[in-house]
Amino acid sequence: MNLTATPVRRQLLHPPVEASPFPYNPGSLLSAGDLSLDGISHILARATALENLDPLVRDRILAKRRVALLFYESSTRTRTSFELAAKSLGADTTLVSSLSSSIEKGESLKDTGLTLRALGAEAIILRHSSSGAAWLLESETRLPVLNAGDGMHEHPTQALLDLRTILAHLKAGAETVTPETLAGVTVSIVGDILHSRVARSNMLLLPRLGARVLLCGPKELLPELAAQAGPGITIERDFESALRQSQAIMMLRIQAERLAGLQLDLEEYKAAYQLTGQRLATLAPTAIVLHPGPIIRGLELTAGVADGPQSTILEQVKNGVAIRMAVVERALLADKQGGRA
Amino acid sequence: MTALVISGGHLLDPAAGVDALKDVLLKDGHVAEIAAPGKLKSANGAEVLDATGLYLAPGLIDMHVHLREPGQGYKETIATGTAAAAAGGFTAVAAMPNTSPVNDSPEITRWMQAPERGAVVRVFPIAAATRGSKGEALNDYAALKSAGAVAVSDDGRPILKDNIMRETLTAAARVGLGVIQHAEDTRLTQGGSMNLGPMSFKLGLRGMAAEAESSIVERDIRLVTELRDTRVHLHVAHTSTVAALAAVRQARRNGLRVTCEVAPHHFLLTEEHVGLYNTNAKMCPPLRSAADRDAMIEAILDGVVDAIATDHAPHAVHEKEVEFENAPNGITGLETALGLSLRWLHKEWKMPLGRVLSLLSAQPAALLGMKGRGTLAVGSFADVVVFDPKAEWTYNAREGKSKSRNTPFDGWTMQGKIRWTICEGRIAYNAKP
Repeated sequence: MNLTATPVRRQLLHPPVEASPFPYNPGSLLSAGDLSLDGISHILARATALENLDPLVRDRILAKRRVALLFYESSTRTRTSFELAAKSLGADTTLVSSLSSSIEKGESLKDTGLTLRALGAEAIILRHSSSGAAWLLESETRLPVLNAGDGMHEHPTQALLDLRTILAHLKAGAETVTPETLAGVTVSIVGDILHSRVARSNMLLLPRLGARVLLCGPKELLPELAAQAGPGITIERDFESALRQSQAIMMLRIQAERLAGLQLDLEEYKAAYQLTGQRLATLAPTAIVLHPGPIIRGLELTAGVADGPQSTILEQVKNGVAIRMAVVERALLADKQGGRA
Repeated sequence: MTALVISGGHLLDPAAGVDALKDVLLKDGHVAEIAAPGKLKSANGAEVLDATGLYLAPGLIDMHVHLREPGQGYKETIATGTAAAAAGGFTAVAAMPNTSPVNDSPEITRWMQAPERGAVVRVFPIAAATRGSKGEALNDYAALKSAGAVAVSDDGRPILKDNIMRETLTAAARVGLGVIQHAEDTRLTQGGSMNLGPMSFKLGLRGMAAEAESSIVERDIRLVTELRDTRVHLHVAHTSTVAALAAVRQARRNGLRVTCEVAPHHFLLTEEHVGLYNTNAKMCPPLRSAADRDAMIEAILDGVVDAIATDHAPHAVHEKEVEFENAPNGITGLETALGLSLRWLHKEWKMPLGRVLSLLSAQPAALLGMKGRGTLAVGSFADVVVFDPKAEWTYNAREGKSKSRNTPFDGWTMQGKIRWTICEGRIAYNAKP
């Protein structure tokens, strides 16, 4: 017996963490992490199929079904593309926004959700400034809830449309995704990671397909613990080094509305992290440039890059409609398609 | 007053060193006689409670609860809060002053203890340290103490200014009261709704750093050290971090009167239990990392922790059915403290039953200077909990006595079923009425 060894504290058993009950509804899309690889493949395939379908045929898929868009934050791309997606499948949509509704009078998210359900909404598309709002709405209404962005947390349809964009350029022809689909691909996400729901959803989604995700930004906007958010995620503070390694570069906007007193020297930020034509040409001449929008020209990227040949920004917007058609269809037909697709 | 005999039970009174089958006679609100089974001399005419197969112990004492009165009776009243306490085996609770208005006066302190409140167990108010708990002007501690206050605290609104904290410690020591600090540097936790760590990053929630707690504990200990007055008593409320415990441990080694409590949720749960925005797992201080949780268990087992206190903080259902960051902090705890402590500290982690009970009775009684409580020695108050320490049961929050049911422990297996809770000789809770 070795008496000099320090005693090892006995391993204690602790109360377990219960498994998540979410999603309650098989049609919901709350988190990019909820989807199986089969589920992702299915959405990608349906996006392409629906995009290519005769609009007059497409119009009958969800004819007269009711979809509510509940928006607590302003939005151009997400709101319009969800609305166009639902309408092009024939669904009736209604928009409730925080201004010009009872939300202004203090109605809770729960009550607003129950009211929409009573009005006949069969699915709710929610954009909200609080992280987790989509989970609350789903547990209270049990309707299919599509998370169109919750606070700083997630924006799963953005991650799916980013994936569709990346696949089109780097893996043309990939129809079903596997854990190796993006093997050898490095995607850099650059800028305000801390406040970004787009970053969080992409960090959950891309590594599962084999991609290496580099997070790049200053400490104030990218805490060290971000690297522990999941497998396949590395922090690279040096923007130029990140560019050199990347096949896809996702630039993010500085979210001034969420900085909450954080002081940031924008000139310093631009010097270190702005994607300029010169940086792109010398360090990543073949990489694609993504941005979830809204872009601020002259801040996170120059106008030349935004409009340049490597930019996929408008293609992302277009992919957004296709992905959201597939996701809205899944929301209302999930049961008929044999459970969670 | 009628006399009560508890017969056939096993008396476990750690403070008096008793651990044996005993019959106990309660008379006029006090313990009148303790004798071997069947040997009570003066039990004529007394009502008899048959405690065969059960344990009896000093009534539990929770030194940290929020009873919400005055001002927020929709969450809890003194009547419902003490009914919940009795159902949990507690015969005395110390009520924090963050009521509406804040309990910063002898009038409110007395109002809380008035018979009209309908309390079924003893309520000991903890008075606000500063006027309105604003951290600026000290209250009259002598007057508050004579009105019944057992300590002072600005719970939830910690005293941040060094000079005010120093004056509070000095003034409270002068009248023999302890200062209970909710250690949180609120300048660092603004907007935070859970522990700062990988989980808060993943969930997109602003975090509360462990340093926000430990820096205040360290500051307070520095002030106690500088005061060089052995009467000064600093008590750290709901300790939740490795660093805060380490500071308390060191202060004790240095001979300071620095004590601390830990809440059941902090020795059982971690930030992982927040799950997907479970607002019933939101409290302040928040659920911390596994390392913090492990440190709480270790400090309880090795004796650095002086008391288990629940921080019972009821909130109405509708207040918790909101976005996580908008939900109020706090969970209920009175009806689950014993069940969780016996299930985990005693059964799972092998802490002797007497030590667990001591953390829930004798030790908090000593911390708050409650004479004649926390023990069942002859002459002490007839505050008794009669229970089956081995019985397992499932907690159903809907069946609870509290007005609120904001608990993360709904549906959990508990150990130790309470049969009777007796406060000053009166039955405050009876499991089979």
